Amino acid sequence: MPGAVPSGIRLPVFTVPFSRISESVMATKDIVLDHVSIRFGAYTAVDNAHLVIKGGEFFSFLGPSGCGKTTLLRCISGFSDPSEGRVLIGGQDMKGIGPNKRPTALIFQNLALFPLMSVADNIAFPLEVRGVGRRDRRKRADELLEMIALPGVGDKKVHELSGGQRQRVAIARALAVEPDILLLDEPLSALDLKLRHHMRTELRTIQQQVGLTFIYITHDQGEALTMSDRVAVMNAGVIEQVDPPETIYNRPKTSFVASFVGQSNAIEGKVASQSGTLVSIETPLGRLQGRAAGGRQYKSGDNCFLFIRPEQLSLGDGLPNAVAANWVKEEFEGNARQMFLEANGVPLRLSRVNLGGAADTLSGASVPVGFEPDQAIVLPHGVLAGA
Amino acid sequence: MNRGTGGGAVAAGFSLLFFSFLFGPLIIMVITAFNSSSFPRITPWECFTTEWFAVLFANDRLMSGLLNSLVIAVSVVAIAVPIGLAGALALSELSSRLRAVLYTVLITPILIPGVVLGISTIVFWGALGRSVGAEYGSFFFDGMFLTLAGQVTFISAYAMLVFLARLQRFDPILTEAALDLGATPGQAFRKILLPFLGPAIGSATFLTFLASFENYNTTVFTILSGNTFTTALASKVRHGTDPSLSALAVIIIGITLIGAIVHEAHTRRKEVLRTGIATRSRIYGNPVLKTLVHPLTVFLILAGIAGLATWQGTRHDASVCKQQILDDKRARQHELLEEQRRKMQEQQKTTAPVTSPADAAGKANPSPFGGAFSPNGLTPAQEEQAPAAAPTETPAKANPSPFGGAFNPNGLKPSQ
Repeated sequence: MPGAVPSGIRLPVFTVPFSRISESVMATKDIVLDHVSIRFGAYTAVDNAHLVIKGGEFFSFLGPSGCGKTTLLRCISGFSDPSEGRVLIGGQDMKGIGPNKRPTALIFQNLALFPLMSVADNIAFPLEVRGVGRRDRRKRADELLEMIALPGVGDKKVHELSGGQRQRVAIARALAVEPDILLLDEPLSALDLKLRHHMRTELRTIQQQVGLTFIYITHDQGEALTMSDRVAVMNAGVIEQVDPPETIYNRPKTSFVASFVGQSNAIEGKVASQSGTLVSIETPLGRLQGRAAGGRQYKSGDNCFLFIRPEQLSLGDGLPNAVAANWVKEEFEGNARQMFLEANGVPLRLSRVNLGGAADTLSGASVPVGFEPDQAIVLPHGVLAGA
Repeated sequence: MNRGTGGGAVAAGFSLLFFSFLFGPLIIMVITAFNSSSFPRITPWECFTTEWFAVLFANDRLMSGLLNSLVIAVSVVAIAVPIGLAGALALSELSSRLRAVLYTVLITPILIPGVVLGISTIVFWGALGRSVGAEYGSFFFDGMFLTLAGQVTFISAYAMLVFLARLQRFDPILTEAALDLGATPGQAFRKILLPFLGPAIGSATFLTFLASFENYNTTVFTILSGNTFTTALASKVRHGTDPSLSALAVIIIGITLIGAIVHEAHTRRKEVLRTGIATRSRIYGNPVLKTLVHPLTVFLILAGIAGLATWQGTRHDASVCKQQILDDKRARQHELLEEQRRKMQEQQKTTAPVTSPADAAGKANPSPFGGAFSPNGLTPAQEEQAPAAAPTETPAKANPSPFGGAFNPNGLKPSQ
């Protein structure tokens, strides 16, 4: 997808000469996490994860560092067994099956390329340990190098490659024996921004062409939202929500998801009344109205959060849910301006698309803002991301 | 320190002192190896000779000890390196508390004095041998076996330390990656970890070989009646040294120098190739010079020089010079004797005869020591002075010696 790359830099494009594209689509295997818990002593790293990842899906686990997503990934790839529950791949219980016997390939965070081997030897390693002859190995390695648009680097050492090239070599190595499931542990975190954006597109393309199941671990919501078919948001070992990216963003089910995915203004309050999906809550900014997520019923006096995204907060008088805020500062981000406001001790953030006009100078002024009740979400009181 | 602060002369002087301190003894030792004087010294210089090398190689005790040392060292390497590797791997896999315990156990032999290790090795294996009723000729009482057993106990700990240091830099993720890519644990070990440990295996081999070869304080006990190179050397030094030991030092220094230079050539070449400045370098860009500085070429050249020197050395004949020196010495001795005799005669003329016991003998004896060592020098000149109450009836009657005349020169003569 060269169109996704900014012009001026020529980045290689994957072409996938896979022998079994159609076959692999048929042979896709569902992964079932059946009430999986993983404990280290008294510490629970993963608490009762229960979900099905469909064959051929691009599935992401999104969460802050330490939320248990890597632990879960290691459990799927076979480096640890669940303390409770089962992991099934293609209907088969994986208990007691080592990582070398599972139909999974893991791309490590630091890529784990073998520093003493040449690039071609790295890529051919899975073939070597399966007893494929030297000549066939080299042929397959060259094919894969062609695929990752790095022809002719086979005899180089790994340290002679750039970060993006190593990234691709790691992917080629994982694909060398055509696994059913590719597990990726934050593989893009070491790349620079532009390359990261490019690789997102590439990964998505390769996944669609090969038809493999991709399980992708990241703390970067941008990566999770752009690439995935579905995203599981994790916090403190618990899977909070599993949904397609749009649902995750637009209809978060918990206060953690609402605050972790995207920017959100969280306003704490108590439920005053509810009529249908419309909930009135009492906040330090006065009485505000929002939508009850998922048709939830609140009792009067329940502690709750009202979430409103910065881009859904509008400047101006006469808006519903009007709040009188004070201007604090403004940040210019290129495509948008972030306005930091404050109302009665509650920080608010307002984002406006940059249309090229001069910045408003509102220093110290009182700023009237408001938002549509339908765009604000009321969720039960809970943990906020980063809090 | 630099010239500006007036440190130049001091620094240079200090360096000079330091290097003479370091290398002075070595240089002197090398020179003594080529002096024909039978005591290792450089003054007076007698003759340039290579005979001490021949003396060295003709020393059976030393040569058989050398063979024993080599056999033991190779065996120790073969046993200690795998044990050390296994220990290091175990340490890196264990939980931290178990690791501390095992580490202490494995490291203890290094901390125990070698003498204690040596004695306890013979005591332990001896007791074990006796308890199973082994004969004295069995391996329980064999010096080579005991030395091997004693050395392995602490040398494998050296190997382990080398491996531990290298393992600490190993990223265990690489093993996981290999497993994930379908390798069995055995394959992951052979294809990923072992190549990574390659340099450590090399240095552990070198280290254990040297540690075994040069070990004295454990070996001197465990070798029992046998000899290794070091024990043979030590006993030789104790019984009086000659320049053949210097000749040995020359050989060792030569081997070390060749090894160091070849290693340096290897390191430099690797560095240049790694950084990729080979094509721009003046030496490595030139095909002739490049071949010349290749470690193998360097080794061949140095080995050639050493071989040539050896060959020349075997052809060198110092006998003429030595004969000359001997003649000079004899002439000098003769001269001294003459002088002595002349002095004696003068003395006799000027002084009246005294009843000194040495007097009579001294006249007849041209010794430069004034006849002090004359066999009769200690006997009283007059028979009458001998005490009548002699303890025995033997010729010792005439001798007041507290040793009962045991040292009487005539004491060993059969009595008539």
